[in-house]
Amino acid sequence: MEKEVYSLCFMCSSRCPIKVLVKDGQVKWIEGSPHVAGMEGSLCPRGAAGIALLYDSQRVQSPLIRDGERGSGKWRKAGWDEALDYVAEKLKAVIDQYGGHSVALGERAQLATPVSKTFMKAIQSPNHFTHESVCKGSLNTASRSLFGVSDAQIGIDYKNTKHIILYGRNIFETIEVKGVNGLMDAVERGAKITYIDPRVTVTATKAHRYWRIRPGADLALNYALIHVILKERLYDAEYVDRWVLGLAELQDFVRSFTPEWAEKETGIPSAEIVSLSREVSRDKPAVIFHFGWRASSHLNETYMRRSILILNALMGSVEAAGGLFFKKGPGEVGAKPARALTAQEFPRVDLPRFDQVGTPKFPLPDPGHGVAQMLPSAILNEDPYPLKGLIAFRYDPLFSIPDIRTTKKAFDKLDLIVTIDINYSETAWYSDVILPESTYLERLDCIQQANGLKPQMFLRQPAVTPRHNTREGAVILKEIAERIGTGAYFPYETMEELVRWQLEGTGFSLEDFAAKGFVTYTDRPIFWDRKDGIKFKTPSGKIEFASSLLENAGFESFPECEPVAPPPENQFRLTIGRCALHTHISTQNNPYLNERVSENVLWINTERAAALGIKNKDLVEISSNCGSGKIKAYVTDLIHPEAVFMLHGFGHQAALAARSFDKGLADGILQENVTDMVGGSPALQHSFVSVKRV
Amino acid sequence: MSKYYLFQDRKRCIGCYSCTIACKSNKNLLTGPKPVDIIPIGPTFIDGTPRAAFVLMPCFHCEDPWCVAVCPTGAVQKRTKDGIVFVDHALCIGCKSCMSACPWGAPQWNPETGKVVKCDYCKDRLDAGLKPACATICTTHCLQFGEANETPDVRRERYAREMVGL
Repeated sequence: MEKEVYSLCFMCSSRCPIKVLVKDGQVKWIEGSPHVAGMEGSLCPRGAAGIALLYDSQRVQSPLIRDGERGSGKWRKAGWDEALDYVAEKLKAVIDQYGGHSVALGERAQLATPVSKTFMKAIQSPNHFTHESVCKGSLNTASRSLFGVSDAQIGIDYKNTKHIILYGRNIFETIEVKGVNGLMDAVERGAKITYIDPRVTVTATKAHRYWRIRPGADLALNYALIHVILKERLYDAEYVDRWVLGLAELQDFVRSFTPEWAEKETGIPSAEIVSLSREVSRDKPAVIFHFGWRASSHLNETYMRRSILILNALMGSVEAAGGLFFKKGPGEVGAKPARALTAQEFPRVDLPRFDQVGTPKFPLPDPGHGVAQMLPSAILNEDPYPLKGLIAFRYDPLFSIPDIRTTKKAFDKLDLIVTIDINYSETAWYSDVILPESTYLERLDCIQQANGLKPQMFLRQPAVTPRHNTREGAVILKEIAERIGTGAYFPYETMEELVRWQLEGTGFSLEDFAAKGFVTYTDRPIFWDRKDGIKFKTPSGKIEFASSLLENAGFESFPECEPVAPPPENQFRLTIGRCALHTHISTQNNPYLNERVSENVLWINTERAAALGIKNKDLVEISSNCGSGKIKAYVTDLIHPEAVFMLHGFGHQAALAARSFDKGLADGILQENVTDMVGGSPALQHSFVSVKRV
Repeated sequence: MSKYYLFQDRKRCIGCYSCTIACKSNKNLLTGPKPVDIIPIGPTFIDGTPRAAFVLMPCFHCEDPWCVAVCPTGAVQKRTKDGIVFVDHALCIGCKSCMSACPWGAPQWNPETGKVVKCDYCKDRLDAGLKPACATICTTHCLQFGEANETPDVRRERYAREMVGL
């Protein structure tokens, strides 16, 4: 028997719509949804490898309880009742002794996030956090400081752009299918790509202009671009006059940041900086200065991301075709979004969060995400109070928070670590209990409320029944809640009941998703009127170059721009990134993806390598202030002499994920855990490293 | 030659390998064989500009294929109706003759079965009215599949656009 199921991919977090072909209860084929423009069958390599995840013999197949030291890899299989009883009993003990706030739950932001938030609110813990801070927390803050909404509420109109400027946003190797195809179509019609990165990537090879910038100098470059654009009046004056607050302050501020000054900081010829400024101004407003995805590189990240968004504002590209747009929700057409469990009444919590976000100590990061990399110090210093329990839900804090050794020490102080995941993540391997989740092909998930130019709802529908003894995360959390006495906040038994509950009042039913996997509130893209209708959510209703958000919290809108420190003698700045075949830390053990890219290597500039006596493929030792490890060298002209580069996500230590076990080196061993205290992101490319031949 | 044509628009190809993985997934292959492969050339600097190419290496479905000629059991065959060269796995004895005869490395060893596997333009999918796996899933739609008279004109069109500056 054959059937087609429309669903959502989850090999990364983009949630591309897919069509799954099922024959005799087996998934035979996955392709991009033919009903979604820009997909039309396409999928990235990770999406194409989805079947291999489903049928992987090395994923977690039943609940496991630790049967030895933490991290020893000794497990005993347990039934669900036993594992859940065990978790509930330990969790209850922690809550009874230290209070609900002593429990933290960290997750990769996902469709079940409202369920986890509900779980935490029900136990009166403020300590729900997501991976967002280690991804793009500072960008979120930068966006709120200018527009009053987070970056998640801003979309990019790739398809109609005339010029896109990418700051290390390696768009052709960190693929989101619709975006890549939109940009490809734009390039076919003559759009230009400018790519800025200390390293040559696939995106650099497709760009019309490639600038090999000094690592960390993007902010200096942007101030010079702004300098030229203001000096030569290349901006969209009508738009800026109408919508911008603080142009005069910006003008004063950038006066000294000339292209000649920036040339010394960035290594990019001043004439080229001038030339780009003029070129983009001819294409405005269909210009995109891409604000990036992973925006957690340096200590000045908030200001760096602000400078990118300011460039968009100067081009008038915010809420313009071919530029950026605000994502519109169902409210725009008088309709209702899906219900979220978090809309219930919960007991009040007056304690600060573990990361102290929302307190004067750390006022600006988004409390909806928190700041993950504060977890180790909060546990170790019991500041602001002891943390004793951790639930990791499809998130791997142990491997994604910088300075892995310290994180591990902190984890040793916890009474309970529970992981809900499909794979043996590093955190899972170091847990007391692993509760295996069904893969995205085996489960019904919460509704995806997809805001955009057209508000829509998508649904992840199961293609097959679970192959192993696994459950949906939202059901696992509910089961734990029942056992600790907070089950009343979870008004469902099955995912189907939850989804039906979510859809009440929206005018749509579960059955409406069968045909295409999504429903649309309107057929017509919604752009706001550029002259008078853009709803910036800042207090002034304008784009705040001079930002009330920053200034009310005691930060300057335009702080002094520090020169970029060169690495100390014989050291390098450690830079990291992605490839097309892997998602963060989560896919390295996938048979197909592992076959193509099984380990990371250290990119090092040819001349610098020669001076250190390092030849291609030599094993080298790389060390920083907080750790060291061994990795193979890739000697190349394709990287700036000040930088070394490694792919993120390798060096796994979970032995049962045998294909990726001990292959390559984890960047988190080397990165110091330092944070941009304005925006909340860790500075993942802040650390200097030494490299020597082994 | 086969009556079909698999065209790779290299300007659009980003070397992501979704085609090769889709191929393996569709043929249920584990590690080892890659009936459709991408060979990356570069990146390297050309006149100061970084450039790379990703060259698709499927089977070319030759007019008079050596793999068919050398096969001792008749397992490697050329389909009369459309010229697709394929392996009949019921007949393959895993002698690897075809692998040594093919100048392009199209037939690949499958250690799971001890037999040879190769690109057959997904003839089962074609017969069901679908495109080959690689061309269906290609991230950027840079792979286009059809009959020779449907040869895409993207290169000519692109050149024309460049000439008139659009």
